[in-house]
Amino acid sequence: MLEILNVSKLFNPGTVDEKTALVGANLTMKPGDFVTVIGSNGAGKSTLMNIISGVMKPDAGAVKIDGQDVSALSEHGRSRWIGRVFQDPMAGTAPRMTIEENMAIAYTRDKSRGFSFGVTRAKRAIFKQELQRLGIGLENRLGAKVGLLSGGERQALSLLMATFTRPQILLLDEHTAALDPARAELITELTETIVRDMKLTTLMVTHNMEQAIRLGNRLIMMDKGRIILDVPEERKKDLTVEQLLGEFERISGKKLADDRIVLG
Amino acid sequence: MLTSLTGAVESGLLYALMALGVFITFRILDFPDLTVDGSFTTGAAIGAVMTVNGTAPWIAVLCAFAGGALAGTCTGLLHTKGKINGLLAGIIMMIALYSINLRILGKPNVSLRNMDNFFNNVSVMIVMIVIAVAVKLLIDLFFKTDIGLSLRATGDNARMIRSFGANTDVTTIFGVALSNALVATSGALVAHYQKFADNNMGIGMIVIGLASVIIGEAIFGARTIFRATLAVVLGSLVYRIIYALALRIEWLEASDMKLITAVIIIFALVVPSTRRLIKQKNIARKRTAEMLASLGKAPSGGGR
Ligand SMILES: Nc1ncnc2c1ncn2[C@@H]1O[C@H](COP(=O)(O)OP(=O)(O)OP(=O)(O)O)[C@@H](O)[C@H]1O
Ligand SMILES: [Mg+2]
Repeated sequence: MLEILNVSKLFNPGTVDEKTALVGANLTMKPGDFVTVIGSNGAGKSTLMNIISGVMKPDAGAVKIDGQDVSALSEHGRSRWIGRVFQDPMAGTAPRMTIEENMAIAYTRDKSRGFSFGVTRAKRAIFKQELQRLGIGLENRLGAKVGLLSGGERQALSLLMATFTRPQILLLDEHTAALDPARAELITELTETIVRDMKLTTLMVTHNMEQAIRLGNRLIMMDKGRIILDVPEERKKDLTVEQLLGEFERISGKKLADDRIVLG
Repeated sequence: MLTSLTGAVESGLLYALMALGVFITFRILDFPDLTVDGSFTTGAAIGAVMTVNGTAPWIAVLCAFAGGALAGTCTGLLHTKGKINGLLAGIIMMIALYSINLRILGKPNVSLRNMDNFFNNVSVMIVMIVIAVAVKLLIDLFFKTDIGLSLRATGDNARMIRSFGANTDVTTIFGVALSNALVATSGALVAHYQKFADNNMGIGMIVIGLASVIIGEAIFGARTIFRATLAVVLGSLVYRIIYALALRIEWLEASDMKLITAVIIIFALVVPSTRRLIKQKNIARKRTAEMLASLGKAPSGGGR
């Protein structure tokens, strides 16, 4: 479904600020795979997400979706396959537009946009039905400006907007990190059900070790632009947070340094 | 008094199209486009010269629309593809258009006296009410379409709309083109109304447009697109009425109008935000008092 082939990325090459973000990263995901990603600050997790979604072009390597090389496509050219939720709850929605208008934008992610109305009665019924999944009453506030919602509500909406059109690939970059624990838990639960119900191929960066182990069927660990550990489903089941941190220290020779780390 | 009021309303309606254009860039796209000063004259020049050369006035006005769209496209390209800062892109186009407009006009001003005219045999008031309302409603409808929504999202959260597959370069260019098309149309209609076009008639247009947008928002509110565009049209009317009244004050001269416009904008900007600030402060004071009361403590000394 998703193949990342020997992808490398340098920032500010040739200057004192040169930063290695990715070095020959390889990852292949099968349809329906739910992979959690952990790693220290600056390991290259966000860069990997940005390269998959086309926000950045790699210096070397290729990205394939469904066997098709999409390396030459821009961000908006790839988004028909990719749904994304950002860390910042403000990033995934348009605040001055209403809930239903935001949903209408998400609805046309994989379609071409023309001069037909974004919100129609038929679509409104779909939006209502989808919003009910979230169980936070947004289906009764279709006409409300998204800017009026709380961070948690906005993130829930972002998650729904990224997923209800069933993208081939779902990218989640620490999408619960900016929320308080209760809201983060709600979004995590929603993520779990949505991904399971829609069988979405998902790559999720998290700083929550317990969550990284509990969710998904595979876990990868990154450090200094490399994928240093790839835990398959069978091994992941019995993994503990202590074992995971131990593994990290053993391979990278240092403690996992993540300023947002949550052990569980 | 009544004739000057009628004149003010007519002007308000004529310039409302320009203000709607400014609204699209400044408010919807969040793109401070200064092309307006140039493209207004471009519209006037096209509308006047084509009419002088015997083209039907309504076709000349349509061509002005197209000319404005072309100018806006250039600004949009400079900004998105050329990666030039938005303000600078507008200024560059404004300067470039100054020369181009002079080329179109052929001389510093062109008279339309004794020529075929867009407003021949019709009431300016009625025609302009119809045009302004129609354009306002069309804009409202457009911003409800899928393309319109992606244009609004471009100004609201560009990163988000890119992740949902819109090319924000294209939406930006489209928006700036539409805006300047409206501005140029306004220019052509104004040229027909005053029966001449001259190369300086666009100077300060952007400020007048902004004044209309801001006055409209301050008085009539802008919660929905429908309300916002209505506010822009009414804001343009109010601006012209204030203008007409100001001109009746003896010691003010026509050349003072730019200063008056600036003062109006400052008022319209400062008053609402100050009012909001005072309101917030009052609420904060009340809430603090409530909180302290619920803690069962009187405010302790130290503060004012
Ligand atoms: N736009 C950029 N310009 C320059 N350097 C960058 C840029 N983005 C990332 N980097 C650098 O690339 C490296 C990888 O960054 P990245 O954001 O991918 O890390 P991360 O694993 O997401 O870290 P975190 O856990 O802090 O989110 C870091 O050294 C970072 O400083
Ligand atoms: Mg990151």
